[in-house]
Amino acid sequence: MGRIVLDKVAKRFGDVEVIPPLDLAIENGQFVVFVGPSGCGKSTLLRLVAGLEDVTGGTISIDGQDATMMPPARRGLAMVFQSYALYPHMTVRKNIAFPLRMAGASAEEQARKVSAAAEVLNLTAYLDRRPGQLSGGQRQRVAIGRAIVREPSAFLFDEPLSNLDAALRVGMRLEISELHNRLKTTMIYVTHDQVEAMTMADKIVVLNAGRIEQVGSPLELYRSPRNRFVAGFIGSPKMNFIEGAEAAKQGAAAIGIRPEHIAVSSAGGLWRGTIGVSEHLGSDTFFNVNGTGLGAAITVRAGGEVDLHHGDTVWLTPEADKIHRFDREGQRIA
Amino acid sequence: MARSASRRRKTVVTLAAWTVGLLIFFPILWTFLTSFKTEGDAIASPPKFLFFDWTLENYGAVQDRSDYLKHFWNSVVMSVGSTLAALAIAIPAAWSMAFVPGRRTKDLLMWMLSTKMMPAVGVLVPMYLMFRDTGLLDTRIGLVIVLTLVNLPIVVWMLYTYFKEIPGEILEAARMDGASLRAEILYVLTPMAVPGIASTVLLNIILAWNEAFWTLNLTAAKAAPLTAFIASYSSPEGLFYAKLSAASTMAIAPILVMGWFSQKQLVRGLTFGAVK
Repeated sequence: MGRIVLDKVAKRFGDVEVIPPLDLAIENGQFVVFVGPSGCGKSTLLRLVAGLEDVTGGTISIDGQDATMMPPARRGLAMVFQSYALYPHMTVRKNIAFPLRMAGASAEEQARKVSAAAEVLNLTAYLDRRPGQLSGGQRQRVAIGRAIVREPSAFLFDEPLSNLDAALRVGMRLEISELHNRLKTTMIYVTHDQVEAMTMADKIVVLNAGRIEQVGSPLELYRSPRNRFVAGFIGSPKMNFIEGAEAAKQGAAAIGIRPEHIAVSSAGGLWRGTIGVSEHLGSDTFFNVNGTGLGAAITVRAGGEVDLHHGDTVWLTPEADKIHRFDREGQRIA
Repeated sequence: MARSASRRRKTVVTLAAWTVGLLIFFPILWTFLTSFKTEGDAIASPPKFLFFDWTLENYGAVQDRSDYLKHFWNSVVMSVGSTLAALAIAIPAAWSMAFVPGRRTKDLLMWMLSTKMMPAVGVLVPMYLMFRDTGLLDTRIGLVIVLTLVNLPIVVWMLYTYFKEIPGEILEAARMDGASLRAEILYVLTPMAVPGIASTVLLNIILAWNEAFWTLNLTAAKAAPLTAFIASYSSPEGLFYAKLSAASTMAIAPILVMGWFSQKQLVRGLTFGAVK
């Protein structure tokens, strides 16, 4: 089980309202990602669910039980921290066994569960080491092991991959996704990295200044962002926004078009411009096209082998059905 | 050029350090030497440094006249007892100030320290009367209580600075892992703070061992620790320097030995947080 419902949950620090009242339901077994720029309140929201911070309004219920005032230990949740937060004076074995020890499990049960978790996480060879003797990735696996053995009703991850290098991050991302597939336990995952959000989530919650901007599956958010903030935040590289006459032609205050939905041609098209910076990734090439008269530079995606260079004149044509229209308040026009 | 200049500089600094060290150590050395002199040699003028008739008679005389072991035991009970009592109060106090600080925490810390700024004699009379009325005068438990209170601000401060260095997320992780507050302090915080706690304990034992004001004023015979043992040789008998020195040497020897063996811990403890 692991159904978590937030009802008008709010948080203030003194006079500062970090989270205005918000509602959110997380279904059992879902992988939910809270994503947003730093300072948007996503970590605070997670800490409210964990019970590490007290709400200043509203209720949190876990599996139908009111958990608003419950201490963290009694909520049945497990958390993985960005800094790993391992106990430095204990071996890996003792770290993983700690929640079991706190729950009063027998020595035999502790040993059995620790070795099972170590097996799953490839930590068997390191059980007698201390955290200081492990690499970042191994430490994070120990932190996950410590969470698994509790058999929690939900896992909470607070930017767990931010301290890892890029290659390791991709590997751990897959491991966590696989873990979710195997355990089928509710997971709430906080990140500022929209790629992590897109690749891992069943459901993404986009937060901005403590407010929920949109909740939906990765593809829903990608295809029909509710407003300019979500449109700009989800997708990499960022969506291009065009205002002024070109937008007015479409009956909008602004239009948005993703780099991958613009065709590039050296023969002809809708908008004419000059290639500025180009980024060759091998599989794709991203061009920054200037001088289109559309305001800001337009980013477009082309194939990896395209033979265009800095200073070349190109023609851009957006796919008409992939254009997003926004009104003056930044809201999507259906 | 640069190398020879820096070598000369190093020599000068080393010499200066040795000079200061010897200056500070000299009274202790002199006490130690005097304790092996006859009373005549002890007051000889000019003073005799190393060439005198070495004798152990002072130690014998001191032991004959007063029961060293009784005073020694009183000192041990008082310093260890007050340190343990202070720890039992200070660990939870420092925990709350370091990890759940309120708006007034800083003021509270300053206020606690300010009690150390007041001259102790200012509260001697009320303290004495309270001790008299509660029957704590000249008792070991009375000494443990007063020394616990006297050193508590320092113990809380030291532990507070050590605890501040421990990342709060680790304690939060313990809370998530189902640890009660007691388990969190016992199994996670305390083991991580062991180096800091150890140096706090050492320093506090030394402070309590050497505390002279309260121990002299609140004890007479039964609970008198080594400080009172030394003092008994200074005033009433006139100038028996050799015996006084023998008594002093016996009183400071245990703490000196302890300090010598734990100096690494002490230095690390006292500079902790200052050099990060």
